[in-house]
Amino acid sequence: MDLVNFARGPALKAAFIFFFLGVAWRLINVLLLMHRRDLSEPRRSMASSLLGGLKAIGSRSWPHPEFIPRTGAGEALGYSYHIGLFLVILFFAPHVAFFGSFVGLHWPTLPNSVTTIISVITFTLLLAVLFRRVTHRVLRRLSNFDDYFSWFVVTLVIVTGLMATAHVGGPYPTVLGLHILSFDLLLVWFPLGKLMHAFYLFPTRAIDGYLLTRRGAPS
Amino acid sequence: MSTPAAELRASLAPEESAMESEQRLAGAMRGFAREVGALSALRLESCIHCGICAEACHFYVATEDPKYTPILKVEPFKQVFKREASAFAPIYRWLGLKRDISVAELEEWQHLLYESCNMCGRCSLICPMGIDVAALIEQARRGMFEAGLAPKELYEKAARQQRTGQPEETAEPYREKLLAIGRQFGVSIPLDAPQADVMLTVSRTDIEQYPKAVASLARVMAHLEVPCTFRSDGLIAENYGYYAGARDWQRDISRRLIDQAIACQAKVLIVPECGHAYSVLRWQAAELYGAPLPFEVRHITEYIAEALDGGRLKLRPADAGATAFHDPCMLVRKSGVMEAPRKIMRALGIVPNEMTHHVGFDYCCGGGGGVVDIERAAKLRYRAMENKLREIDDTMARTFLTSCSDCRRTFDDAKRHFDWEKTPQSLLELVADHLQEQAR
Repeated sequence: MDLVNFARGPALKAAFIFFFLGVAWRLINVLLLMHRRDLSEPRRSMASSLLGGLKAIGSRSWPHPEFIPRTGAGEALGYSYHIGLFLVILFFAPHVAFFGSFVGLHWPTLPNSVTTIISVITFTLLLAVLFRRVTHRVLRRLSNFDDYFSWFVVTLVIVTGLMATAHVGGPYPTVLGLHILSFDLLLVWFPLGKLMHAFYLFPTRAIDGYLLTRRGAPS
Repeated sequence: MSTPAAELRASLAPEESAMESEQRLAGAMRGFAREVGALSALRLESCIHCGICAEACHFYVATEDPKYTPILKVEPFKQVFKREASAFAPIYRWLGLKRDISVAELEEWQHLLYESCNMCGRCSLICPMGIDVAALIEQARRGMFEAGLAPKELYEKAARQQRTGQPEETAEPYREKLLAIGRQFGVSIPLDAPQADVMLTVSRTDIEQYPKAVASLARVMAHLEVPCTFRSDGLIAENYGYYAGARDWQRDISRRLIDQAIACQAKVLIVPECGHAYSVLRWQAAELYGAPLPFEVRHITEYIAEALDGGRLKLRPADAGATAFHDPCMLVRKSGVMEAPRKIMRALGIVPNEMTHHVGFDYCCGGGGGVVDIERAAKLRYRAMENKLREIDDTMARTFLTSCSDCRRTFDDAKRHFDWEKTPQSLLELVADHLQEQAR
């Protein structure tokens, strides 16, 4: 079995299984912990608090205006590369063919030239993110192996993808195999590290939004 | 010159100093393990190390020292959770990705958890993941308390309050002081009535430093003609157990008030102008008590605002001139008391000149979370509050009001330290001075 077939065959299958089981286990592990009932008298009704929780899912997507002068640039950088990643993952024609074959669906694609430009921009933004992480006093202080390795696996997928598209770095099947292998690695690392925030994001915003609204406090 | 270890020992109560390293570690683990439930696990798991919470913290904003990043203040406990209780804890341990915490680390974190955090909750509002960082810090303090690392000022006050109901030993008991304040200001102090619709509590800070605020509470309640009473055995509103991180003591201190409110069949328990006292009783007491409270808990500003709404209270306009109002963090961000003080100010004819950051987004006074009580925190506290003082000055206000006696005490201290020209005043006192007699 050659590299590309290994990468998109047994390796991908194993990575997906690990991904799904790992994500499920991390979520279940949290749910298995005890939960104390809030016995205080609520300031807002249950319906209003639930609505507050749902609202927080959206409202926390961007800082409150009071905070924008201090955080806007950092958040914009974070959003930019996330958007780039999603566009390339979801709308690059070979990706649509690849993922579509799993779910039996196909959807419109972006021209290859456009996704290439987006990939280059996203890669540049990821470099900026790394530069910021190592130079910003707070980020440098907070960062650990998870932060750097998560950055590495995401960037590796982008870099190998760009190499495959540009036909550089070796024979195309080999580079494509490396690209898919890097994606396999990302799937395996996903439930182990901070990439899990994709799954924690909405419940955390919703629950703390609910609790703050229940108190009538700003959320 | 004293060493950091000697400084640390000096910052602890004798009972805490006597603890061995193993006891400290075991205590920290026990204290924090008690706190970790599904909610805190979700919060700990969600952090992406974006560092944005630093930008909300006045200690970081003032110093730009990354160690004051709010989420970093719970780092030892995050480590413990990931290493011992998270989904892949064995893998993290095997790969050496999460270290065990050390006593030295816990000792270093004492400064971060107690002296450089007011638990004001501003960081909880900025987190893009929606994590209530301040709630995690409260839980981390509980671990630190069990590790014998609560600052002695908080530990000793909490211990005494748990034992006696008073956080400090005084020449004359607070009950007597309360009655003396009534005599001094010519107001009747309702005390130990066997039955009353409303149970009143008093702030120790008010008794010691702002007796007029105590008299004002009694005066307003007398004006409203509501059957009410203070209770000798449940007088003090503050809860030093909360500040110290002593969960059981916090429960016992709250319990003292709860028992008295039940004993006099109160329908409402009124917390005076004290932010954390309200937050603790309003939102945490029921859980520690183990059942919903059989009475309502209201901050005095809420109670007055409700009386204004119901037409039971009318106020004369106050000649306050340009006025600024400081929203106590524990009342707004932790408790949602945002509209009540503004309603009262409107009734007094006051339109406040709002600070750049106000209502839910205002900066803390710097004294909350017990920080104003901790002697060695003073230098950093002054630095952190400079920004707040600038924002107050920028309003060009002549009158500066607040509705928390600890905030007031912190600003009064700043007045002395910085030779600051403003004098913080109590909104409650202003109300009591402008009660309008109503035609009967």
